[in-house]
Amino acid sequence: MFKISAHPIDPARELSALDDPRAGACVSFEGWVRNRNEGREVQALDYEAFVALAEKEGARVLAEVCAHWPVIKAVCVHRVGALQLGELAVWVGVTAVHRGAAFEACRQIIDEVKARVPIWKKEHYVDGASEWINCATRGDFAKGPPPTAVE
Amino acid sequence: MKNVVVHYFAILREQRGLAQEKIVTEAGSAAELYGELRTRHGFTLEGSRLRVAVNDEFAPWDAALCEGDTLVFIPPVAGG
Repeated sequence: MFKISAHPIDPARELSALDDPRAGACVSFEGWVRNRNEGREVQALDYEAFVALAEKEGARVLAEVCAHWPVIKAVCVHRVGALQLGELAVWVGVTAVHRGAAFEACRQIIDEVKARVPIWKKEHYVDGASEWINCATRGDFAKGPPPTAVE
Repeated sequence: MKNVVVHYFAILREQRGLAQEKIVTEAGSAAELYGELRTRHGFTLEGSRLRVAVNDEFAPWDAALCEGDTLVFIPPVAGG
């Protein structure tokens, strides 16, 4: 299940959705708002999503990863709105019978979500400037074809 | 002429100054429409850096526009 959330993410609540007696491993990833990016001091972030497509594309990421690794359950929640330093921006949780698949699947989910799901981040800097990340400062996305599905 | 709706996000929303608008266009494809809008509004992003969604699904740039379509031009994403 992939969700866009306008409210703070509660990892304990998300974890409870992963409960499964078959699971022998649970791996979770938390993406936090940090105070530096590309050498600039960050004060806060805004996240914005094209929710209708983000939830579809996020669900496709989860389905692809779950088809590739022997995963029992996988959840990803991405926050939108104004976030302060230290806040949780994205949470991924994966359960599997054994830890190997859970680690691999969790890593692959966050990598694909970052590359494909229509979510945008605006950084507000301590010096008062602000910038849409990737839109104005990095040019590598969209030069090549979109990332391919998991084989 | 076709009537379409464009929703703007992130840097395009800021550069356009609004989140959505109705547009009457002669553009035959999403690529042509973006070209028109970029000229009209001075969008800084080249079309080659964007993807496009038609009716809430990714679409090829050369797909023909249909009456009533809703389009979203998708700047480089930056989740996580």
